[in-house]
Amino acid sequence: MTVLDNRPKKLVDQFASGLNAPICLTWELTYACNLACVHCLSSSGRRDPGELSTAECKAVIDEFERMQVFYVNIGGGEPTVRPDFWELLDYAIDHHVGVKFSTNGIKLDAAAARRLAATDYVDVQISVDGASAEVNDAVRGGGSFGTAFRAMENLAAAGFTGFKISVVVTRRNAGQLDEFKQIADRYGAQLRLTRLRPSGRGADVWADLHPTPEQQREVYQWLVAHGEGVLTGDSFFHLSGLGDPLPGLNLCGAGRVVCLIDPIGDVYACPFAIHEQFLAGNVRSLGGFKTVWRDSELFASLRKPDGGGTCSSCSMFDACRGGCMAAKFFTGLPLDGPDPECVQGYGETALARLSDAPIPKPTGDHSHLGPVRGQPARPVPLTLLTRRPDRACDESPLAGI
Amino acid sequence: MTTVHAGAASFDASSAYRLHRQAELRDEPFGALAYHFGTRRLSFLKAPILVDVVRALGDSVSVDAALQRCAVPESQRPAILQALAGLAASQMIELRT
Amino acid sequence: MSDPVLDENTANTTERNETEHVDDADELVTESLVEEVSIDGMCGVY
Repeated sequence: MTVLDNRPKKLVDQFASGLNAPICLTWELTYACNLACVHCLSSSGRRDPGELSTAECKAVIDEFERMQVFYVNIGGGEPTVRPDFWELLDYAIDHHVGVKFSTNGIKLDAAAARRLAATDYVDVQISVDGASAEVNDAVRGGGSFGTAFRAMENLAAAGFTGFKISVVVTRRNAGQLDEFKQIADRYGAQLRLTRLRPSGRGADVWADLHPTPEQQREVYQWLVAHGEGVLTGDSFFHLSGLGDPLPGLNLCGAGRVVCLIDPIGDVYACPFAIHEQFLAGNVRSLGGFKTVWRDSELFASLRKPDGGGTCSSCSMFDACRGGCMAAKFFTGLPLDGPDPECVQGYGETALARLSDAPIPKPTGDHSHLGPVRGQPARPVPLTLLTRRPDRACDESPLAGI
Repeated sequence: MTTVHAGAASFDASSAYRLHRQAELRDEPFGALAYHFGTRRLSFLKAPILVDVVRALGDSVSVDAALQRCAVPESQRPAILQALAGLAASQMIELRT
Repeated sequence: MSDPVLDENTANTTERNETEHVDDADELVTESLVEEVSIDGMCGVY
């Protein structure tokens, strides 16, 4: 068989046979967090009593090495509040797994920054959601802007160039893109803009915070005009109908090229889809992560090329491929229809026609029970009443950690 | 001798190459994924025969020799060389000194 | 055999999905066997 007998297939179709390992995956190390951001995709705050131990985490890293996972994106919650964070970071790097970790900066003092600058194969991503303390702290809590900037200053002072500043684009900050770019330039960092999804606590604030259609167009145009060197995590592929596609695979990666491992070892199709419907298995089960990745029914079904449902007749379908699965799911829309932010407006129409059936709620809620840094307490979720209490975490988000 | 121009650099098929020290290849059903830990670049190699050639580079006296070892038909040389030139430009493969 | 003239799209590294440019008649010339994607270029990672 010659190479030209089978013309290389579209990547979308190639993923149908599944990849031997995710290209990239997100690994949430803990649900504990010192903050209580209003839009947290993992509803983090309090540690889960069942989180993977240090030994279990190392076993997962061993699997990554065997599977040749090139690089893992470590997050949480706030991953650096785990006491074994630095040990696990070194272990991953020693085992040929590159790491980028996502942090609010709380532990990145000057010494930590110097240590990171001296370590190869590690990248840092600082989360910021406003170019001013006022805009940022309204979402992430009082003092969080200062924490992030101290971390950025420490990284820059330590000579760590190219770290990422990651911004979730909202109605409140969509007009600050130029300023974000200036901040990144000032610190020798790389700007990353990502889409707000109605995932985790994001569902509570989606209606208020997701960008307006006009802002979507402005964000798209800004990326086209100024986005050279700006990362997006391919999260704006739902805007491809507005013009040329933005750089990236331009398709939903869930279960195909990416997945999530959560703090208790559950494997979900995507960090924005923490719900039973997208739960593929658990790393603690026989066969570990590799078996879940390669053999789970959920991932097999996600990898089949999908016809696009009602979107397939739209002229934009090839560009946007029906948009984000998680955005549809957590706004109550059917997965075979338009994205809630469909640039043609079909999503808005579909939302208006929704019945009163309850919208799916994320699995689990590790949110803080009381106010944190000026963030109001969330209404007590009903699921809490049936869950084992963890008193140490109730008193302080970092108790016992 | 075949020289393929890829951007500013020339790719010389009579030279000896190898997978870059900081690059890793992972076999996949469609061919392979190549990742460079230094540049953080990721490439899809979309033909198994191309992957064979890349794996053969390190032990072959030249790119031409690697193509021979992998029995690349003459009609496919251009596509393979073009692909290798691209990989050299992105530093996935490097000259052996 | 003359040196192949590289199509600019395939010679330069690009993050665009090149399979969109597949032309049935000229598959030999325009199809690239290597496609580059940004490590940040896949959706579902935060």
